[in-house]
Amino acid sequence: MTSSSVPSPISASAASPAQAADLSVADAGAKQGAEVSHQAEAGHGEEEGHGDFRLFGLATFLVADGMTFAGFFAAYLTFRAVNPLAEGGNYELELVLPTVNTILLLLSSLTFHRAAKAIHQDRTQACRNWLLVTAALGFTFLGGQMVEYFSLPFGLTDNLFASTFYAITGFHGLHVTLGGLMILIIWWQSRQGGRVTKANLFPLEATELYWHFVDGIWVLLYGILYLL
Amino acid sequence: MTLTLFPPTATPEPQAPLQPQGWLRYFSFSVDHKVIGLQYLVCGFLFYFVGGALAGMIRTELLTPLSDFMPRETYNEVLTLHGTVMIFLWIVPVVNGAFGNYLIPFYVGARDMAFPRLNAVAFWLIPPAGLLLISSYFIGSASQSGWTAYPPLSLTTPATGQVIWILSVLLLGGSSIFGGINFIATILKLRRPGLKLLQLPMFCWALLGTSILVVLSTPVLAGTLVLLSFDIIAHTGFFNPALGGNAVVYQHLFWFYSHPAVYIMVLPAFGLVSEILPVHARKPLFGYITMVYSIMAIVVLGLVVWAHHMFTSGTPPWMRLFFTIATSLIAVPTGIKFFNWLATLWGGKIALNSAMLFSCGFIFNFVFGGITGVALAQVPFDIHVHDTYFVVAHFHYIVYGGTVFVIFGSVYHWYPKFTGRLANETLGRLHFVLTFIGFNLCFAPQHWLGLNGMPRRVAEYDPQFTFVNQLSSVGALLMAISTLPFLINMIYSAFAGEKAGDNPWRALTPEWLTSSPPPVENWKGPAPLVTHPYGYGEAPQPQAVGASSP
Repeated sequence: MTSSSVPSPISASAASPAQAADLSVADAGAKQGAEVSHQAEAGHGEEEGHGDFRLFGLATFLVADGMTFAGFFAAYLTFRAVNPLAEGGNYELELVLPTVNTILLLLSSLTFHRAAKAIHQDRTQACRNWLLVTAALGFTFLGGQMVEYFSLPFGLTDNLFASTFYAITGFHGLHVTLGGLMILIIWWQSRQGGRVTKANLFPLEATELYWHFVDGIWVLLYGILYLL
Repeated sequence: MTLTLFPPTATPEPQAPLQPQGWLRYFSFSVDHKVIGLQYLVCGFLFYFVGGALAGMIRTELLTPLSDFMPRETYNEVLTLHGTVMIFLWIVPVVNGAFGNYLIPFYVGARDMAFPRLNAVAFWLIPPAGLLLISSYFIGSASQSGWTAYPPLSLTTPATGQVIWILSVLLLGGSSIFGGINFIATILKLRRPGLKLLQLPMFCWALLGTSILVVLSTPVLAGTLVLLSFDIIAHTGFFNPALGGNAVVYQHLFWFYSHPAVYIMVLPAFGLVSEILPVHARKPLFGYITMVYSIMAIVVLGLVVWAHHMFTSGTPPWMRLFFTIATSLIAVPTGIKFFNWLATLWGGKIALNSAMLFSCGFIFNFVFGGITGVALAQVPFDIHVHDTYFVVAHFHYIVYGGTVFVIFGSVYHWYPKFTGRLANETLGRLHFVLTFIGFNLCFAPQHWLGLNGMPRRVAEYDPQFTFVNQLSSVGALLMAISTLPFLINMIYSAFAGEKAGDNPWRALTPEWLTSSPPPVENWKGPAPLVTHPYGYGEAPQPQAVGASSP
């Protein structure tokens, strides 16, 4: 249990000379211990002390995922800066629906937060309701995206802007779809006897982190694609 | 008080064999980091021989100025496959996946990686991706646009092969990202309590830096290749100038990954060589802290130098200036590492065994490749030799003379750990001599070819270059021959090699403080706390291992 109290001869050379000399003497005394002492066994400290690093792993993954979007945004901005569009193309987009969609998605982040808070307070039913609301907001957002896609005057291959627009919003929509499904799964798993409980919050926390990430990306996307 | 309901915890509980044991486990979805490491290693070597055969085809074609050994299209397929296989299926998986997986849990004092199952998934993405890539050659046409797949070339060459190439690289990129996440989490979060970051062996730092690069840059390549596949399949025009797109944007995005990819290939090699040199020179690693800062400086600078691959792509002058300066700056941390290795060797009790020979070969070759790298960073020179064999020579001095030499050295160094037996020294030294001569004979003349204007990736060349090309091909033949003693050595020694014992090198790093090969969870008892992994010959040196001197 005591990871630091057992002196290690290997670390001894870092200690003060006197202390290290003492240790050497001690080692010389315990001649047979040369091999063993080198191994510096130091208790069972490793069995404890590691927190749950799964969220850390997910966060690292989200950094990677964010870099994909960063690449897309960089491509879009460069296209926009240097490539004139073919005739008939322009960068203007209808703003009402996307703005409503943005608000929906931001609201869904809030409702997810409420869900997490509820389960922390042992109000499982409230948590499940908030999860449903979140999923509903997410899928409404996707419906809004569909409506927008079908009402836009350009198709995927019409011009460079159109292609980039569909690629980026489509890739984001894929993320929302995945997140919505994940929310439904944890909603199902948080039922009585399910896997998601106050004692096993990781699935919920992971989905929440992912969902906030997807919302954050949308805010960036909205600023770059629609407002700029 | 005498009643015990549970057996005492000191008795090791018999472990249920959930996974196949023995040799079968190497063909299973094992989550043991050592098994996965060796899976990466052997799988990587298989692809190395494929890539080597392809290189042999290239050098055979270039024996004569005419394209008489194979059709030009086939030559393009062969060079594309050679580049892709060697980079994505050999070097990246082996220096990161193989040695990283095998060593990192030992170095941080853990029993496995942070995410063992993700680790197994990352490995098992590689064989299908590799087979997919190679199969494209047999189902019509492999990609012909080089490992860079620049549009519009990649949009005009046969689509099937190109799309398969993209799919394969996406799978391999995914594998790489999963591996990177795992390494970062393992090094930062799974360290044994009491072990500080600055007490870690240098390989941990190298792999931490590499994994940061992997996580930050690989997704950009993935996104770019998805867009490229849209251009091929859906006829969008992202990178197609004929449709109003911008091919240079592809180059920027591609090199945003692929320049760091050079560091993804070479930084782990830096780390491995920093492990090998102190052991066989019996001296502490010189300048530990400067090594750490150098790695991190290389990571930061490595992310902002990509456009030096594009000096002939119409880059504006300010961009050329910035990227020239940034690229030249990388020589500083790299030079620090180089001199630190020399200082580590200086005055050491050097054992000139195979591992040490290959490490010294690495230092020699790498400084050569590094010097031509600084030369290539200078715009006027770069424009002169762009897309010539000078670049080919420089690149191979970095990745073959650098990384592959380290891979061989590492195989010899850790072979006793992997198998419990020593590799044969005579065969190992023969392997080194053949490889070293063959490599330098193959690639040194290519500097001259490039300076005199022989373009790369072309099956035909000016007849005045014939003799030097033949010289280069002889070198390639020597390199091919050099794998024979290596293979014989590896297979023979695994069965009949001298028993190594647990720690034949009397090394102080933690992987040697357990049996060879190590037990399933690395240590029978608790993990050792190794705070001075390079404490060779330090006074007052505790009689650590061997304990022969009074």
